[in-house]
Amino acid sequence: MSGHLHKDYTGAKFGMWLFLFTEVLLFGGLFILYGVYLARYPKEFVMAGSQLNVWFGGANTLVLLTSSLFVAMSITALRRGAKRLCLGLLGGTVACAAIFMINKFFEWSAKIHHGIYPGSAHLKEMLPGEMVFFNIYYLTTGLHGIHVVIGAIVLSWTMVFIKTGRVNAGDWVILENAGLYWHLVDLIWIFIFPLYYLILH
Amino acid sequence: MPEEHAHIIPYRTFLLVWVALLVLTGLTIRAAQFHFGALNVWIALGIATLKSSLVVAVFMHMKYEQPLFKLTLLSALAILAIFVGMTFLDVLYRS
Amino acid sequence: MSRDLPPAATGRGFFDEGRYPGIFGWIFSTDHKRIGLLYLWSIGTAFCVGAILGLLLRLELWAPGRTIMDAQTYNAAFTLHGVIMIFLFIIPGIPAAFGNLVMPIQIGARDVAFPRLNLLSWWLYISGAALAVTALFTGGGPPDTGWTFYVPFSTHTSTNVSLATVAVFLLGFSSILTGLNFITTIHRLRAEGMTWMRIPLFTWSLYATAWIQVLATPVLGITVALVFAERVIGTGLFDPAQGGDPIMFQHLFWIYSHPAVYIMVLPGMGVVSDIIPVFSRKPAFGYKAIVVSSLAIAFAGSLVWAHHMYTSGMSDTAVMVFSFLTFIVAIPSAIKVFNWLATMYQGSILLDPPLLFALSFILLFTIGGLTGLVLGSAATDIHVHDTYFVVGHFHFVMFGGTGMAFFAAMHYWLPKIYGRMYDKIVATVAWGVIFVGFCVLYLSMKVVGLMGMPRRYWDYVPEFTGLNQLATIGSWILAIGLVLMFVNLIRGLFWGPPAGDNPWGGATLEWQIPSPPPAENFDSDPVVTHGPYDFKKAGIL
Repeated sequence: MSGHLHKDYTGAKFGMWLFLFTEVLLFGGLFILYGVYLARYPKEFVMAGSQLNVWFGGANTLVLLTSSLFVAMSITALRRGAKRLCLGLLGGTVACAAIFMINKFFEWSAKIHHGIYPGSAHLKEMLPGEMVFFNIYYLTTGLHGIHVVIGAIVLSWTMVFIKTGRVNAGDWVILENAGLYWHLVDLIWIFIFPLYYLILH
Repeated sequence: MPEEHAHIIPYRTFLLVWVALLVLTGLTIRAAQFHFGALNVWIALGIATLKSSLVVAVFMHMKYEQPLFKLTLLSALAILAIFVGMTFLDVLYRS
Repeated sequence: MSRDLPPAATGRGFFDEGRYPGIFGWIFSTDHKRIGLLYLWSIGTAFCVGAILGLLLRLELWAPGRTIMDAQTYNAAFTLHGVIMIFLFIIPGIPAAFGNLVMPIQIGARDVAFPRLNLLSWWLYISGAALAVTALFTGGGPPDTGWTFYVPFSTHTSTNVSLATVAVFLLGFSSILTGLNFITTIHRLRAEGMTWMRIPLFTWSLYATAWIQVLATPVLGITVALVFAERVIGTGLFDPAQGGDPIMFQHLFWIYSHPAVYIMVLPGMGVVSDIIPVFSRKPAFGYKAIVVSSLAIAFAGSLVWAHHMYTSGMSDTAVMVFSFLTFIVAIPSAIKVFNWLATMYQGSILLDPPLLFALSFILLFTIGGLTGLVLGSAATDIHVHDTYFVVGHFHFVMFGGTGMAFFAAMHYWLPKIYGRMYDKIVATVAWGVIFVGFCVLYLSMKVVGLMGMPRRYWDYVPEFTGLNQLATIGSWILAIGLVLMFVNLIRGLFWGPPAGDNPWGGATLEWQIPSPPPAENFDSDPVVTHGPYDFKKAGIL
């Protein structure tokens, strides 16, 4: 990302990490709210949480963990000169992103079909703690989903740069930074999964 | 520039970490099925922290970065912890 | 410090033809100096609009009841005044304008670490400003919630809060990018010999500020996004009818907005820290203490946010803890004041306009800070919360503090940037008028606040009339001073005599290059051999 005469690889990475910190604090606000309301409505969170499908959540967890594996390996591939493998792995990452979003689509559709969504009449009939759970569920996973899409776009863009040679074994910081962003998306889900799908007791 | 000679992480390392992550995921699902009461959340958070540490250290290369990166990450997390913790000074002690 | 001498100054430095012709050479420039000026003029315009709104508010408060506008318009006017002054003037103010203009040169760099991100940050600022203006004329009209957007009013009012929250989100993003850029720049692009302990105190202040920008602003982002979500899709995380807690909005809001006041004031302190040594012809006293106190303020400022919430209904435990911690924040600020005074002691004082404004900062910020202790102490705060005492307090620290520092920075650095000098006598007169007007205006507020006049009220009981009229007269005096100051500056910077490379005798790197600075700042990368206030080694004393 440096527009200088000489590129600063460490500086570019450091800048990306700083940006990741901002994302952590952004989601942090939602996690603060989750923590507060979990403490206030422990029973209702269990009631609402057990209505979420562990299979959807678990599958998405595996998908994202695998996508992180792929993008991490893609950097090794590029630096070792295996350009086609690199592009294949990145394609795999983007495919995982697509699978994640398709999963999410089905998951949300099912819930919405049952009348569980922000502002719905059915939601208003629930206990306050349940309403909070579902509201914050939609907001957090929705914001996360937006980041999955952004990450997929960034990675696709990076694939184009690799094809044209702008990102290569001698200058790969753009791939590394795109990878860092993708791992953040994975990290957030690592916390979302247990907090929303595994609240069974 | 020295960075060009930076350590390239072998595929094998990534695969091992990935397996560990899958195992930990299984572990957290299993743990959730038991009644540990209030402890359930902390166990879940603990396992999630372990998983994230692996992702940060290996997938995100943090293990091999200079101290500045590690220090600033910890600072950011510390600030978030302060925000959460001090909010609970209110929430837990309302009359 | 060695450097190659530049060719004889024939051009206008970085004002010469840019990469693209005409205005596009400015609005698409990635040169930190051009971006700094883009910010300066945008921010200056925002200040003028905000100031006019302030004058209109004071006109309305000339007498009880309706004077020139109805209550709804008044509510919108003070909301807009706050939003503009805070998000479009004070928060970006010194960092985005003067940080961009000066900081890379101070550390011996050619530009910031991410020049294109820098340009993006300005475009986000302009987009946020444009959306904020659009919110005035669309939807349900201008927001009337106060700049703090408290729920439940902000989630229910028919005014265009939704668009305003999007504007604030963009402005926050702009601030984040500036902070991210500056942190990386200061870590990575310092010239050879520019060790951490040789960095000018202004740059140090920007560094501490940048960390707050990066770590606190995202919380504002999520908070306004949640208000937007509550209005547009009906989530109810702050709505008791849906199990939510309105006090949680206040927590999230102030988790950003308290550290934000340190985003506002730390750069101002940095300006003062750079000016005092130069105009005392003495190295800064306690350089390390000032550095540590800047970082301490940044950190401690993140521990005290709920002192804005003593009367909100939060727990007594929280009230007591936050009140106690608030007193701690005062200590590093006091350390700075003592260091500044010690720097001046037995110095050779030059009462030029930059110093006059810097001295005003010290006095007015101290007064504001002391009234902050009244507010920080929970017991006394119960009496003065939401009164004009608060309004007086924050205008003392934000306007008497950062505002004055902004004016100081203009008078100190703009002759370097534009290469021309303003009339110093007129500047001094303007300063005097501003100072008198300021004190009349805001001291009156503190008194009438102690007497019990609430803030954000369009009307008041007749007993408060005298002080309100005094305050309004103060606002006119202040306005006259501001106009005089701006006219004098603009005249001087565009048509005044050449300023020379180092009109003030500074030892930091920006004074060792021509005025205006060349596009690449330095002919060859400088090598630094002394500290920022070592006037002897710099060959100036």
